[in-house]
Amino acid sequence: MSSSALAIAIRGVGKKYTIRHDYTAPTTLGEAIVRRVRHPFARIEREQFWALRDVSFDVRRGEALALIGTNGAGKSTLLKILSRITEMSEGQVDLYGRVGSLLEVGTGFNQELTGRENVFLNGAILGMTRAEIRRQFDAIVAFAGVERFLDTPVKHYSSGMYVRLAFAVAAHLRSEILIVDEVLAVGDVEFQRKCLGKMRDVASDGRTVLLVSHNMAAVANLCSRAVVLRAGRLAFDGDVTHAIAEYSARQDATLVGNLRERHDRVGKGEIRSTSIAIRGSDGELTRAVRPYEPFDIVVSYEAKVPLASVDISINIETPDGSRLVTLYSAFKNESFDVEAGTGTLTCSVAGLPLRPDTYTIDVFLGGKHAFYDQVERAMSFDVAPYDVYGSGRMPQWNEGPLLASYRWHTAAGDREGSGLSARSARS
Amino acid sequence: MIAKTGAARTLRPTTGWVAIDLHELADFKDLVLEFARRDIKLRYRQTVLGIAWVVLQPIVAAGVLNFAFGIVAGARPQGPSYFLFTFAGLLAWNLFSMTLNKTSLSLVGNSYLISKVYFPRLVLPLSGTLATLLDFAIALVVLFIVQGFYGIVPGWQLVLVPFWIGLVLLLALGAGLIAAALTVQYRDIQHILPILIPFMLYASPVAYDVTQIPESYQRLFYLVNPLAAPIVAFRASLLPATPMPPTAYLAWSASVTLAMFVLGAAVFKRTERKFADVV
Repeated sequence: MSSSALAIAIRGVGKKYTIRHDYTAPTTLGEAIVRRVRHPFARIEREQFWALRDVSFDVRRGEALALIGTNGAGKSTLLKILSRITEMSEGQVDLYGRVGSLLEVGTGFNQELTGRENVFLNGAILGMTRAEIRRQFDAIVAFAGVERFLDTPVKHYSSGMYVRLAFAVAAHLRSEILIVDEVLAVGDVEFQRKCLGKMRDVASDGRTVLLVSHNMAAVANLCSRAVVLRAGRLAFDGDVTHAIAEYSARQDATLVGNLRERHDRVGKGEIRSTSIAIRGSDGELTRAVRPYEPFDIVVSYEAKVPLASVDISINIETPDGSRLVTLYSAFKNESFDVEAGTGTLTCSVAGLPLRPDTYTIDVFLGGKHAFYDQVERAMSFDVAPYDVYGSGRMPQWNEGPLLASYRWHTAAGDREGSGLSARSARS
Repeated sequence: MIAKTGAARTLRPTTGWVAIDLHELADFKDLVLEFARRDIKLRYRQTVLGIAWVVLQPIVAAGVLNFAFGIVAGARPQGPSYFLFTFAGLLAWNLFSMTLNKTSLSLVGNSYLISKVYFPRLVLPLSGTLATLLDFAIALVVLFIVQGFYGIVPGWQLVLVPFWIGLVLLLALGAGLIAAALTVQYRDIQHILPILIPFMLYASPVAYDVTQIPESYQRLFYLVNPLAAPIVAFRASLLPATPMPPTAYLAWSASVTLAMFVLGAAVFKRTERKFADVV
């Protein structure tokens, strides 16, 4: 392979983060000074953590390459290094051509600005010149289908329009190398198909696409080659069908979230969670439950000493970190006496009224006046797409975060609210 | 921004001090303009008086200082119009304080961008400065109009105005870049500056003249406050009745400013690569 056909050459790339084992770390100047004065020679225990290590591969010009791996495998870190948002700790990357990166749809979109103004702003943020944007403007607007609302502030847009416009800007980026992170996860099916088509055009145009996605159908559809990352290292590089098989096979191994290696935990540590798993209604371990399906969350622990009345909490959060629900034993006056050694605590959930999406779980262990252990984002799980209402249609992402059980009915009559008053009269 | 096909861009870990890549900064010229445009548009959207605030703010502030210094404290300096005197001083001061403030917040305030997309981070303070300069230009026009009312005609010194503006800006940018880099690690800076800035207003010859300070302290005053000489010079270039500061103090001020700017840019560049990991 001659070097002229290369688009990206990645050589021994690694990214190291330093974790401070110090939960009283100063975040203000005052604290930092006070600490220096009080403990001038104190050495803070640091641990180095490689989010990415020794990764090497080439991407040829005109190739559409997928980067796959579980959460935390290092995909995002690699994309951030390639798009220069963060710096690598070791290694070298050669980029042949201009890089356009799309780690999020609509970065820098401003609610108060109009659609037109946002196209120019967002385009510039993505690295286009004003002349380039002007040249592509009509194509962008036509692709998004928002002609009539160009001079309306985007805060009045529906979420669908917003996403369409944002993707349209990015899709018209004329860079030789396009780096895309999981943007296919947004929008309705129709629009996703359009985006996929656009990316295929980009690739067949002789430009290079590097795609990160959890959507294996999209990956198989768009890419011919895939690189699988696992725990920060390159685990497989080759044909996309084999890569997906390799990735899926290993998924089973991650059904149990191992927490022993998690160093970013907080708490005094008399008792610690060591693993977490979900058991579906069929009794099998799983990473996906249906809406309303009963399931168990099983937390394994290891206690250094016997402890009386331990409380446990599972917090379920959306991927962006907003808390959805707190399953705290203390809320129900349920606490547990544990012996030193290992054991499990199981929370039986009658079902979650959540829209299909990926959610994360935090595990917390505490006592009356003690804070033993907390691991944030201990594992993620999916609420699987499911025809909840038996109507032949899946819940969509833009219909709100919750599902409810409901029924519509009708009554004849001309008085407004008569149905209501009839009911209140009865009660 | 046009890709040089065939020519590779090599990314590698960097260490130590790095120079500012002016070529790259020039490639992002349109982004600087686009951010400035956004700032200007958003600032006065949904306000009743809109752009009139640009003019009203310094006029009202000059009025208040006039009242406090001229009438209450009786510190009115010699000269034809005390209002013009204060107003001119305030224009230079506003340029300084707004640039310093905006620059210091440019990283923390845009953390969502920094963690999602690459551009030279210097684009942020530069675009903020550009937006501030527009406000300044409008207020300067108002100053000329008021001068017309008083029948004051500026002398040849007017041509020096851009130079004084440049000094004020570089000093504000230098201090602001240091503050911006520190704020990423220590959020206290965000709280210290709003306390420090009004204090600096009173420590600068905005509503009073340096000649009103006892002569033995004037030297110390100019040495401690590198902003003093450019403000006095700026005002003297607009209002012929007010004297220029001694050249030695201007030179001192220019040296401190230059040193501050170089230091600020270096500190900013050095910490730049860690921003995305911290903010």
